[in-house]
Amino acid sequence: MAMKAKTKSKIEVTFIYLFFLVMFIIIAYPLLWTIMMSLNPGSNMLVTKLIPDNPTLEHYKWLFTDPNSDYLTWYKNSLGVAVANALGSIVLTSLIAYAFSRYKFVGKKYGLYMFLLLQMFPALMGMVALYILLTTIGLTDSLVGLTLIYLGGQIPFNAWLVKGYFDTIPKELDEAAMIDGAGHLRIFWTIMLPLAKPILAVVALFNFMAPFMDFLLPRIVLTSPEKYTLALGLYNFINDQFSTNFTIFAAGAILIAVPIALVFLLLQRYLIGGLTAGATKG
Amino acid sequence: MATNKENDKFKLSKPRNMATLLSIVVPGLGQIYNRRIVKGILIFTIILSFLITTWNYLDIGLWGLFTLGTIEREHHSIQLLIQGLISLIVLFFLVAIYLFNIRDARKDAIAREEGRPNPTLFRGFLDFYNGGFPYFLILPGFIMLLFIVVLPLAFMLGLAFTDYNQYNAPPRNLLSWVGFDNFVNLVNVDIWKDTFMSVFTWTIVWTVVATTLQIVLGLFLAILVNDKRIKFKRTIRTVLILPWAVPAFVSILIFSALFNPTFGAINRDILSQFDVMIPWLSDPFWAKIAIIMIQTWLGFPFVFALFTGVLQSVPSDMYEAADVDGGSRWQKFRFITLPHVLFATAPLLIMQYAQNFNNFNIIYLFNEGNPPVRGQNAGGTDILISWVYKLTFETNNYNMAAAITIIMGLVISVFAFFQFRKTAAFKEEGRY
Repeated sequence: MAMKAKTKSKIEVTFIYLFFLVMFIIIAYPLLWTIMMSLNPGSNMLVTKLIPDNPTLEHYKWLFTDPNSDYLTWYKNSLGVAVANALGSIVLTSLIAYAFSRYKFVGKKYGLYMFLLLQMFPALMGMVALYILLTTIGLTDSLVGLTLIYLGGQIPFNAWLVKGYFDTIPKELDEAAMIDGAGHLRIFWTIMLPLAKPILAVVALFNFMAPFMDFLLPRIVLTSPEKYTLALGLYNFINDQFSTNFTIFAAGAILIAVPIALVFLLLQRYLIGGLTAGATKG
Repeated sequence: MATNKENDKFKLSKPRNMATLLSIVVPGLGQIYNRRIVKGILIFTIILSFLITTWNYLDIGLWGLFTLGTIEREHHSIQLLIQGLISLIVLFFLVAIYLFNIRDARKDAIAREEGRPNPTLFRGFLDFYNGGFPYFLILPGFIMLLFIVVLPLAFMLGLAFTDYNQYNAPPRNLLSWVGFDNFVNLVNVDIWKDTFMSVFTWTIVWTVVATTLQIVLGLFLAILVNDKRIKFKRTIRTVLILPWAVPAFVSILIFSALFNPTFGAINRDILSQFDVMIPWLSDPFWAKIAIIMIQTWLGFPFVFALFTGVLQSVPSDMYEAADVDGGSRWQKFRFITLPHVLFATAPLLIMQYAQNFNNFNIIYLFNEGNPPVRGQNAGGTDILISWVYKLTFETNNYNMAAAITIIMGLVISVFAFFQFRKTAAFKEEGRY
């Protein structure tokens, strides 16, 4: 009997590992395929091979050195928007979250309802309006305009997230500080912010990565190639003549995906922790 | 006695009522009556200058909001609409300051009635700073939210009731309010009706199937990895999270190439072994299958990670108790694991459904909503949001796009309602 249970368990474990193996292949195949494509010489997709006969780095070189390539400009644009977005979002959301977590004021409840409702509506849903608005006030084709939209759009979700985290910081701490004569800003600066570092890191990371990943908003806002962000630039690369530029696209895509994936994997624990904490404690 | 008190409420002989009335008539006057001269003058000046600087703007804006302009080629309906909405926001602030002024006058008067001395100027500023502090914190974000999120949504709400399209566009033409005509057309005019029905049903099917698949797969994998007999947990988890770590737009474009019938690896390298060729991009059915599979690939790691975190928090004594009672594995899953996991993650799972409902990226980047379908003005895989995108940027049917967006908003509100109930439930349970 015991013997039988043991074999049964062994078979089960084997099947579980087999299932993982299948998942690994499904996950890895597209990624490896892209890496291999980027190493294929030439640009004709019909003659590409999964394992190229003579792998080459020419596409990577092209991205950085060819005068026709705007890749570095796009990288710079994305980086600029990303940094501004990360910093700006921390400032905006931590201030709002602090107010909602620690103060009583008229309209607090409705404010929270509003955040909850608005976080469901992606900025995308206002795109008809956003597009017409931007053209009417002449803020199209501007990276500043793009950053502003990101900053405004992230408020509902992140304010909710950070507020949830602030709520878990014991109130006794700031009450004690207040008795010691610390002002509002001092408590915020010396007590709340240092304790909330993990969630602020999550917010910063989310907002840093968003401009690298987002494609739609840049497409609506930006029109001239030297203003493009990476996602938009790469998309336009292959949009027109898909099969002829794919090898270059693959190289460009890998140069974005690898750093982002690395940062992500390094910080994933905080990311998930912060997300569940903020969402369930809200 | 009671009637006396009732009467007192409106008697002007009471300073609090006098102060309130004065502040209603002239902002700041009540404060001056309360002998808080500096504050009174300050409030009066602020409201007056606010009014003087914005009067013209508000006047034209509100007029424009109602008429959308009267002289063709001279009045730009869209600009008037925007100005009207901004005027409403400005008015909102104006009213807020005005109400604050009335409340403040009344509060000070009550304090005086009760014999408390007026605070010094410095003390007054300090009180203002303390009382207003949360508002100062919120103000920058709130203003951004108003102009970047709320204003566009309101603008769109307005557009849905106008006749703004490619052929009727300012500055050439004037727009007018058409009531619910756009919504009526959506269900009455054949081409709109057919397209709307098929896109709407596909959107619902897509949301339910794709999201449920990614949740089920994520849950299944999380439970497997959590099994005590499995080794190398960290490595397995890292690999399983990879699809989340790679930027989605990159993965989608890669898949789009992989599924490409002429050079994509799926037909060329894999399916050709079995002599099968599937028209992934040109047949609506197969395109839908492909999109659902891709979304499952993209979406399960998030759910997996989420569940992995929650599973570790299920108290093990519950399983031990179940073992003692002779509970089967399925029973343990059904009555311990599943309720616990779903309870802890419900708001985030509802968010997943809402996100897929609006998952523009995958639809557009995979195939731009194609293949085209006869007798429709949307593609075979278009969901509502990508259809709206096409209506806006390709055919300039702004009014219809806005009307459809409003319908989407209503659906999203249902999600929001459930999410809110779940989140509220958490608070009451006090469990987390």
